[in-house]
Amino acid sequence: MASADKQRAAVLGTGQTHHRSKRPDVSIAGLCREAVDRALADAGLELADIDAVVVGKAPDLFEGVMMPELYLADALGAVGKPLLRVHTAGSVGGATGVVATSLVQAGRHRRVLAVAFEKQSESNAMWALSIMPPFSMPLLAGAGGYFAPHVRAYIRRSGAPTHVGALVAVKDRRNGALNPYAHLRQPDITLESVQASPMLWDPVRYDETCPSSDGACAVVIGDQAAAEASSRPVAWIRATSMRTEPTMFAGKDHVNPRAGADAGKALWAAAGIASPIDEIDVAEIYVPFSWFEPMWLENLGFAEEGKGWQLTEAGETAIGGRIPVNPSGGVLCSNPIGASGLLRFAESAMQVMGTAGEHQVAGAKTALGHAYGGGSQYFSMWVVADTPD
Amino acid sequence: MTVPLNQSLDQPPSPPLSAPLNISFDYTRSLGPVLSQFMTGLAERRILGSRSADGRVYVPPAEYDPVTFAPPAELVQVGPAGTVVTWSWQPEPREGQPLDRPFAWALIRLDGADTAMLHAVDAGAKALMRAGLRVTPRWADAPAGRINDLVCFDPARDDAGDAASAAAAGAAPVPALSDQPVTMITTPILLHYQHTASAEESRYLRALGQGKIVGQRCPSCDKVYVPPRGACPTCGVPTTTDVELPDSGIVTTFCVVNVPFQGQRVPAPYVAASVLLDGADIAFQHLILGCEPDQVRMGMRVRAVWKPPAEWGTTAENISHFEPTGEPDAPYESYAHHL
Amino acid sequence: MPEAAVIAFAEAPNLRRTDGTTNGVEMLVPIFREVFEQTGLTKSDIGFWCSGSSDYLAGRAFSFVSAVDAIGAFPPVMESHVEMDGAFALYEAWVKVLTGEAEIALAYGFGKSSAGDLRRVLALQLDPYVVAPLWPDSVSIAALQARLGLDENLWTKRAMAEVAVRSRAAAVSNARAQPASDELEVEELLSEPYVADPLHAHDCAPITDGAAVVVIAAADRARELCERPAWITGFEHRIDSGSLGARDLTRAPSATAAGVAAGAAAAGATVDVAELHAPFTHQELILRAALGLPDSVRISPSGGALAGNPMFAAGLARIGHAARQVMSGSASRALGHATSGPALQQNLVCVVEAH
Repeated sequence: MASADKQRAAVLGTGQTHHRSKRPDVSIAGLCREAVDRALADAGLELADIDAVVVGKAPDLFEGVMMPELYLADALGAVGKPLLRVHTAGSVGGATGVVATSLVQAGRHRRVLAVAFEKQSESNAMWALSIMPPFSMPLLAGAGGYFAPHVRAYIRRSGAPTHVGALVAVKDRRNGALNPYAHLRQPDITLESVQASPMLWDPVRYDETCPSSDGACAVVIGDQAAAEASSRPVAWIRATSMRTEPTMFAGKDHVNPRAGADAGKALWAAAGIASPIDEIDVAEIYVPFSWFEPMWLENLGFAEEGKGWQLTEAGETAIGGRIPVNPSGGVLCSNPIGASGLLRFAESAMQVMGTAGEHQVAGAKTALGHAYGGGSQYFSMWVVADTPD
Repeated sequence: MTVPLNQSLDQPPSPPLSAPLNISFDYTRSLGPVLSQFMTGLAERRILGSRSADGRVYVPPAEYDPVTFAPPAELVQVGPAGTVVTWSWQPEPREGQPLDRPFAWALIRLDGADTAMLHAVDAGAKALMRAGLRVTPRWADAPAGRINDLVCFDPARDDAGDAASAAAAGAAPVPALSDQPVTMITTPILLHYQHTASAEESRYLRALGQGKIVGQRCPSCDKVYVPPRGACPTCGVPTTTDVELPDSGIVTTFCVVNVPFQGQRVPAPYVAASVLLDGADIAFQHLILGCEPDQVRMGMRVRAVWKPPAEWGTTAENISHFEPTGEPDAPYESYAHHL
Repeated sequence: MPEAAVIAFAEAPNLRRTDGTTNGVEMLVPIFREVFEQTGLTKSDIGFWCSGSSDYLAGRAFSFVSAVDAIGAFPPVMESHVEMDGAFALYEAWVKVLTGEAEIALAYGFGKSSAGDLRRVLALQLDPYVVAPLWPDSVSIAALQARLGLDENLWTKRAMAEVAVRSRAAAVSNARAQPASDELEVEELLSEPYVADPLHAHDCAPITDGAAVVVIAAADRARELCERPAWITGFEHRIDSGSLGARDLTRAPSATAAGVAAGAAAAGATVDVAELHAPFTHQELILRAALGLPDSVRISPSGGALAGNPMFAAGLARIGHAARQVMSGSASRALGHATSGPALQQNLVCVVEAH
């Protein structure tokens, strides 16, 4: 079947919760509905208008509910409809967006609701992530301890000055202060305060790490007819891509993973983008530890290998810079793990729909949403724009 | 029919190693507005249902009902008596179930409800159970605001059930929440597993028990993996050849851990490093001791420090940590491709 | 004109207990090899991989990640995962093929049920606030459903036992099935003790470790790679309410809706074979009614889930067996069904045809 048969798809609306370390005011269903109801309102639609639902979330052990889409069928308005639940580790939010888009592009459905969530406060992420089966080597550190050695390797490889990570933290946390939904909102954070924060896993400091959040995100994706019928701005999905490589293998490049680079190249090719730095107006990139901003800028081809840090250092990734990255505050501000990837996709759509409020990048027409997960293993991303082609 | 084990030619077949894996957590669940009312009601020995916009009364309350998908219009009191709609028998109660003697599971439609709720009926004998049986709730001595406040249901004494329900009749709307609404429940979840190591992993672990480190070579790409994998991750084929490795190598990269990590007996700060053994093609993470953390370098040569042999088991923990050997560092180019 | 077809299928031996790990690699590597041999393909020909599995069978988070070792995912591949039966992974893969982003896709499912206490862990599929804390086990839930139908005279214990006898006899000719026997008698079975009245042991699927893989291809490639592709002419799924007491457990409306949408019983053209994912005998009877299958339809000639129920692979295996009927010329139209959740809450139907 030729690609020319692929239907157009567009984001009709987005919604998210107020992300917090704990949301004691809602049940798991209530958390999801908060995001869903906002997305439907944004799209000018109701649950009855939705043809299919795709749910994404990270390990079931986080909430202690096995296959929660079963319990959530009623809350998500999915009774009598198709419902899928995807799980691709931390990138799952992105995969949710990609699968929902594919359903529309394949001509299966007119309007699909994508929902991703995590209610981490039901347990805690550290416990769930540190369950080691018998015979394993004992875990030495939390998630940051896994990535920190690779950050060190990036610094060594690129020669980046050591304050670059802190610059990312300052930018993202200040951006979060412009985002009413963000978990961490720190308008007064400075380079000095970040560098004075405790060193957790040298070279990664406390203020350079993502929080653990309860939160949800929802995106309504429609076909061309639905997009054209909408009286609100839409974000046309120009292309999506997904790539996987093993978490660990001999010769793996942990700093510039091939799967991420391949996914990026496939995405730009499908979207007809020759030079990302020139043609992408804003990027929502999955940065859970500050140094991943320069690393992913290189991985995605915004900068040559070894030079991503120069964009950060020069202030080009701030709102108003050459390539604003994470104007929403990104994962460094809000990290409901299952939802974080979809938040990147949703925020990129909000930028081209012009609905990002105080963290809007002026004149944004083409945006990137990006997610990764596992041990730099799963990558999913999309390009959205204010016109179909 | 047995699954053939992947065996190295010079070793007699042994069963793979296995060990129990128990996971346990006391999940803390916030209830949200609807379930909070329900659980508060239970703490007050009342059972509430939700009335949806179409008039149907759901018990337990439906936060979002399956027809309109909307939150309920109001909560109403139901029961306390009800009727068994269907039942099954539990001859040997299992962990965590409501009763520890044989009992019936049942779907029970409480008076005033349009749907049935799942619970246990302490019928005493299977012969006493039937669809249509009238039942009344048995409450816990100290209700705390959770579904287990209903210990179970009992077959109703002839008049007790109907009178109680008549008193609560008409599915009346409930008075306002008490002063101290229940907003959270705690649900302990304990699960038991028997974890089995792969055949390759078992050989590696048994070798560790003899003080040796054994990796595995992929027949397709020739790379040596340690610890072993079920299949070579790049080729997808079993890594069948054992390769004994020295217990020395280099640090490719590392971080200094300052946060105390659960179960970690070594006090912070300590170095967690990627250690690439001589002859291996992939690094694994291990602890570096024997020097100050700020003296650890990328490329530093290290050797394993084993625990006393009397303490060895079939586990990677036989190696306590790695320490610097004092030899010259490996040049960056020699390990750059492992980063 | 149908756009994609099943071109290969393999399932691992259905075993009560394997020595393998919960990440499925030992079960998957041999069956990947089988489908590659069947088709002449190699891993680099696969445009999209998708898997189905559950962490709760393994007892740890991200347990599906290690299964990716069985793929040999380097150079990087386009790949995804659902925390559902592999049948839903196949659905996602089929959608990918329809978009044109892949010409050949491979879906797999796996589960080592023997590692944990399956009856207990499935309680966690139920409402986490008002049901799961009572720890009702999966067999007891199914038993409630069984009695409801018995009391309403929708089915009889005899009919349930006949399903068991027929399934296990059919399994004799399936080398990968688990409890196979052509010597079971209805009267003997009915006189056995109950495991959860009204269910006897014969009414329940066994605990199974297993895996399955299905390969699909877009039209032109399918014709090149397979002599008699099983063309997918309908592929639908629906879900019912998560509230056990709020739905009629004697019916499976989501199965009916999926079947109608998939054209399973299109006017004048029913299926020759229906592979039904029914882990309990009465559920087969519910599904036959829900899907409107006349008595002429051969039901689960593989033996079905009663002859082997590898969690997260059993539904995919039903589709694989249905497709095999078409690929082998034994049927011209077949249906593979998969279910998820307690008491047939969610249902998927895949219709395949010869051409």
